[in-house]
Amino acid sequence: MTDSTTTAAPAIELRGISKSFGPVQANKDISIRVMPGTIHGIIGENGAGKSTLMSILYGFYKADAGEIHIAGKQVDIPDSQAAIAAGIGMVFQHFKLVETFTVLENIVLGAEDSGLLRPSLARARRELRALAEEYELNVDADALVQDIGVGMQQRVEILKALYRKADILILDEPTGVLTPAEADHLFRILENLRREGKTIILITHKLREIMEITDTVSVMRRGEMTATVKTAETSPSELAELMVGRKVLLRVDKTPAQPGRVILDVQMLNVTDTKGVHRLKDVSFQVRAGEILGIAGVSGNGQSELLEVLGGYQTASGTVLMNGDPIDLTGTKSDGQSRRARGISHVPEDRQAEGLIMDYAAWENVAFGYHHDAKYQSGILMNNAAMLADTEEKMQRFDVRPPDPKLAAKNFSGGNQQKIVLAREIEQNPDLLLIGQPTRGVDIGAIEFIHKQIVALRDQGKAILLVSVELEEILGLSDRIIVMFDGRIMGERDPARTDERELGMLMAGMTSDPDKVSTAEIEENLAHAGTGEKV
Amino acid sequence: MDVMPKWADVVLIPLISLLLAAALSAVVILAIGENPWNALKIMVEGSLGSTYGWGYTLYYATNFIFTGLAVAIAFHARMFNIGGEGQAVLGGLGVALVCLYIPFPHWSLALVAASVGAAIFGAGWAIIPAYLQAKRGSHIVITTIMFNFIAAALLNYLLVGALKPAGSMEPATGKFLPGTHLPSFQEMFSTADTVLFRGAPANVSFFVAIAACVVIWALIWRTRLGYEIRAFGHSESAAKYAGISPTKIIVISMSISGALAGMMAINNVMGEAERLVLNAVEGAGFIGIAVALMGRSHPFGVFLAAILFGFLYQGGAELALWTSIPRELIVVIQALVILFTGALDNMVRMPLERFFLARRRAAKPKPKLTPAE
Repeated sequence: MTDSTTTAAPAIELRGISKSFGPVQANKDISIRVMPGTIHGIIGENGAGKSTLMSILYGFYKADAGEIHIAGKQVDIPDSQAAIAAGIGMVFQHFKLVETFTVLENIVLGAEDSGLLRPSLARARRELRALAEEYELNVDADALVQDIGVGMQQRVEILKALYRKADILILDEPTGVLTPAEADHLFRILENLRREGKTIILITHKLREIMEITDTVSVMRRGEMTATVKTAETSPSELAELMVGRKVLLRVDKTPAQPGRVILDVQMLNVTDTKGVHRLKDVSFQVRAGEILGIAGVSGNGQSELLEVLGGYQTASGTVLMNGDPIDLTGTKSDGQSRRARGISHVPEDRQAEGLIMDYAAWENVAFGYHHDAKYQSGILMNNAAMLADTEEKMQRFDVRPPDPKLAAKNFSGGNQQKIVLAREIEQNPDLLLIGQPTRGVDIGAIEFIHKQIVALRDQGKAILLVSVELEEILGLSDRIIVMFDGRIMGERDPARTDERELGMLMAGMTSDPDKVSTAEIEENLAHAGTGEKV
Repeated sequence: MDVMPKWADVVLIPLISLLLAAALSAVVILAIGENPWNALKIMVEGSLGSTYGWGYTLYYATNFIFTGLAVAIAFHARMFNIGGEGQAVLGGLGVALVCLYIPFPHWSLALVAASVGAAIFGAGWAIIPAYLQAKRGSHIVITTIMFNFIAAALLNYLLVGALKPAGSMEPATGKFLPGTHLPSFQEMFSTADTVLFRGAPANVSFFVAIAACVVIWALIWRTRLGYEIRAFGHSESAAKYAGISPTKIIVISMSISGALAGMMAINNVMGEAERLVLNAVEGAGFIGIAVALMGRSHPFGVFLAAILFGFLYQGGAELALWTSIPRELIVVIQALVILFTGALDNMVRMPLERFFLARRRAAKPKPKLTPAE
């Protein structure tokens, strides 16, 4: 539905792109046209095929069928060198930077003019200055990449692409690691780039970003392009429906909390990791029965350590009372087993590295962590039949698809993997549920279901500690919010009386008036956080 | 959603690898001017053509079952135990101490006691590297291989010193006490009219090895410990989350591994030599690695691979006896089998996967979209 009346050729056009991995067809007959000087969004659930499509465009994969046209000419992109030559630049979700090199060295890397480095660096420095002024892309050229914040690292990636004369810029989930203020800054940069005639393709799963910045948007579902529309002519709920294929509830439906007695009481918790970095600093809070306490923060500011301590696999000093009795935080008996015995269930942040054994079948994973339970034993052997039956029941109740207990965990989609973990932890009927990044990498349809389960557990009078980097999720689910920055609690807010902007400031370690702080200051602050340096 | 059917993974790939190794071996034999077909016939007849041949083949296989299981169980905990050699040496010491000094009224009691002795000594030798790995992060591959040398040196020291009978010139212990003699296959299966397995060293410990396969299978796939060992082997971070202690799993899985390697000694030391000599293990600890690789760390696979390597050992010895093919070349043939079945697994696997994929697509013209969803 791109404008066919313009005379200019599209900056980039894909015709009938198809790609299969084994029996899975990741892209099926995909065609898009993106006009020069526009921002085109590609939105879709995890596994919809967005990343595959972009990898084809950047020469990582070869399409089984289809053509790529750049500025009206058909091109062949066998590798990323060819993509760069065709004027395509890519900013990956996980940055491809050499941490111990300076910003300047990273930008020149792979695009040196000759064997001698000095002239290249000098030229790069001149161009960098010009680019910085033109697009508000200010970076410190001589800083080491490991010392700068994620926001600036991302700008280095963009500069790398521009330095290589990219006219088409692809950004894959660029805001996943940014605070709201940093994301705003990024969008200003993108708008500047658009004004200069660059073409931008923005891949995201966040509807808000699509609505805010794109001109046109394509929706992908199950490897197919289901629609391409002008952003001005659509709405978030329509896009969500196109993504999932049915109506979805974007807001969490819940009644006011009815907090009861204190279940978890954390007092002056401190953690120093093996490198001697102080990860948690005098953290104190309480969680009551029947409430959801949300912990907001940019990832890496102590939330993970907090979950690990409460989950039993990180030692700490301080006091933690569970149902009024202290928990051993350092002893040899302080492990995941002892926590589970005290009524603490834990849905870890990283379900693939911690919550599940990816090579285990679903039925083996359903007992994971609870494999000492009497119901799974039969004499000296494990009762595999009981585990299988239990799994079938849980898969039914949590609508895990496909409902096949013998399928390995790695063969389920992200959302269904998460449902397996949730089923295991929630069905233990814990007093306290620790839940980290409940919907990271989970499709929209499953997000709705998972949020409902969490609220239902709260309504049964359980205490829930929620850690998430998604502010929308924190605001939607929590009954109280605390914000963590650099291992410290910055403050507590009532979700009804705060907004993303105020939380964003706290997440960046700022307590002053949001209007008076520059993004540079925020970045300065975040760059120091987590490295153990004093701010 | 595996690409290949299970039978192809378990049977077809090892078989093709084996045929490739055989083909290449044939080329090598041709190159030195011998007839490969003839060589194969000698190998098969010498190792499988008579009960005598089988008696040797199964004797070697017994060794390899023990060391193969040892490597396999460590693999499940993602530990690479290449110290099977040293653990088997120490197992021999355990057997020798039991059989030299304790008089037994019946061989069955002696077998039980010697097995326990072998297992304890083997496990003890594996626990030290395991503990160093778990607590100090010393890499288990480095420490176990160094412990092989220490074991050899220790045995050397004992066999020229404390364990050598007075007046003997040979670095070996004296003969074990008579009550410790294990029934050989010849004694077990021969009838009054026909003598079977004449003079072959295969003995009752072959059945102990089979029992060990069954026990280890149950341990890995049916017990809580096996569940924890496999979980730890797949993901240490997940194991920690679940409250499985890495130290405990490393130490326990390595001691089971060491115990199995040590138990090899009931076959070669107690069953065959009936005294402890230098270099009794003869590289079986290392063959165990190939056996475990080829057997996919599954006890049944280990059993089959051990029989195969038993055949190669015995067939190779026959080859050296009856042809001018030098012994070194037999080592080359064995090495080719190890190379193809162990190290070059993917060379066979990948084309085969493509083949099965193409066949599946041809069978189903319209593949389902993202079945994982």
